[in-house]
Amino acid sequence: MATASTTFAATSLERPVGRTLAIYFKEAKYELLTRLRLRAYSISTISFPLMFYVLFGLVLNSKDAPVGGVGISTYLVPTYATFGVMGASLFGTASGLAAERGLGWLQVKRASPMPPFAYFTAKVAISMIFSAVVVLLLLLLGITFGGVHMPVVDAAKLVAILVAGSLPFCAMGLALGYFTGPTSSVAIINLIYLPLSFCSGLWVPIMFLPKMLQHIAHFLPPYHLAQLALGVVGAGQHESNWTHWQALIGFFLICLGVARLGFQRDEGKMYG
Amino acid sequence: MMTAVQEQYGKKRSEAKHAVIAGLHKASKNFGDVHALREVDFSVRAGELVALLGPNGAGKTTAVKLFLGLAKPTTGSVNVCGGNPIEPEVRMHIGAMLQVAKVPETLRVREHIDLFSSYYPKPLPLAETLALGGLQDIKNRVFGELSGGQKQRVLFALALCGDPDILFLDEPTVGLDVESRRLLWEEIRKLIARGKTILLTTHYLEEADALADRVVVINHGKIIAEGTPAQIKASTAGRRIRCVSSLAIETVRSLPGVIEVRRDRDALEIHAAEAEPILRELFMLDPRLSGLDVSSAGLEEAFLALTQDRSNAAHV
Repeated sequence: MATASTTFAATSLERPVGRTLAIYFKEAKYELLTRLRLRAYSISTISFPLMFYVLFGLVLNSKDAPVGGVGISTYLVPTYATFGVMGASLFGTASGLAAERGLGWLQVKRASPMPPFAYFTAKVAISMIFSAVVVLLLLLLGITFGGVHMPVVDAAKLVAILVAGSLPFCAMGLALGYFTGPTSSVAIINLIYLPLSFCSGLWVPIMFLPKMLQHIAHFLPPYHLAQLALGVVGAGQHESNWTHWQALIGFFLICLGVARLGFQRDEGKMYG
Repeated sequence: MMTAVQEQYGKKRSEAKHAVIAGLHKASKNFGDVHALREVDFSVRAGELVALLGPNGAGKTTAVKLFLGLAKPTTGSVNVCGGNPIEPEVRMHIGAMLQVAKVPETLRVREHIDLFSSYYPKPLPLAETLALGGLQDIKNRVFGELSGGQKQRVLFALALCGDPDILFLDEPTVGLDVESRRLLWEEIRKLIARGKTILLTTHYLEEADALADRVVVINHGKIIAEGTPAQIKASTAGRRIRCVSSLAIETVRSLPGVIEVRRDRDALEIHAAEAEPILRELFMLDPRLSGLDVSSAGLEEAFLALTQDRSNAAHV
């Protein structure tokens, strides 16, 4: 036995950086293809925010009454964009992870030499792409049909803020993916996502909500992302941007911590 | 640097034909109060196909998970290609086929293979992987549209696409019809012909017989027998005789060739190496014997026989 183990001394096949990058790229490419072909994901994450915007921002808004200093069709672009970004991030990371983890596919990948981080990076990166697409389509709708005027620089700023701000929600999705099952995950996400969106003023402008909810909103992460986005069109609550970023960064770190706990718990179950 | 190491590895591998390439050493695995494996000790040698044979819940999948580094032994150790299988460097020499409830259904066969191939340093060309798995005709189909047998062959292709030295196949043919099973057997034989080392788990004695150089029988987390398929079959072959008789159990048990006797209400269940001599004796001893039924011993009886042999041997 001793001779055998020396004969097969562990060989260090270190992977060159280029090949590692190629794995990250392929993982992301196939994650994108998977999600595009999963109509349940690609259609609903993109069409729900657009549909809501068309209903409340365009159809039910004949007078274009001003809200927060701008027309309602302008005000609702950043809020529904925040709503869309949240959906793309939460569903993109959580339901895929919960299903692949719960039904054995993740274990097949873990048995292979795949770098584990490539798997999570792909989920987050593709969610961010979907987020960017939702924001761009909403802008296009608003500019074409809602009379929204926005300099290109501001539009770019809005996309950048929302895509960066999707990260905490991707982390939240990973955490949920670890603590929900393959069949329960979509229902649980909806149970969190929809009330959170409403209370953060993503559907109905925050000043139209009852006073109590307006106070509670300050403790909800989507409120802070929406305020940063509204700031771009000059319709924010005029609070410090830094406060909003701090809230989002804090939430991001908490979610990462919870996701890490889930990862370790799973590894512990498999390898402990 | 890398190629030098690989060359060295390749040279050592050919020198080390028949050397141990993977092994469990006194490995136990507990899940809470459940003892999935109890001090299991066995090894796989380069170039051989070992079948780990046992009924459901015997500990086969747990053993495979230890070999793949997906679970850590509670006590004892695991060694694959001279290292610990949780190391990515060791995993580059390993291919795995596990039981999966659901595989991403919207990716095409060739896309799944392309992705898994990228994980390995020297994967097989796509065409070769497709040929080995018998997947050329369905390479552009999405996974969700495939039949059960085709799905298993894709999972098999994912295990071999990285051109690993050793493959672990966990119940590769479970749930397949006879034809799909034979097709997959053909694919597995192709791999053996290429000099690969394979450990597969199965609960079909027939499958172990058709493929393996060596069979390791496991039950209740313990290895109960080990040998060539012929040896295992010889020790598990036998007949089950069921009849209604008033004979005492002790009388029947004392007949030569009887392995075990049980009373099931008014019937006797006899497990014996051969049926004919026992039947002759039975008819002589009890002319009123009725309800006779003779069948070949199933795997359950075979396992019983094997454990029985072992405890007898221990007593002697």
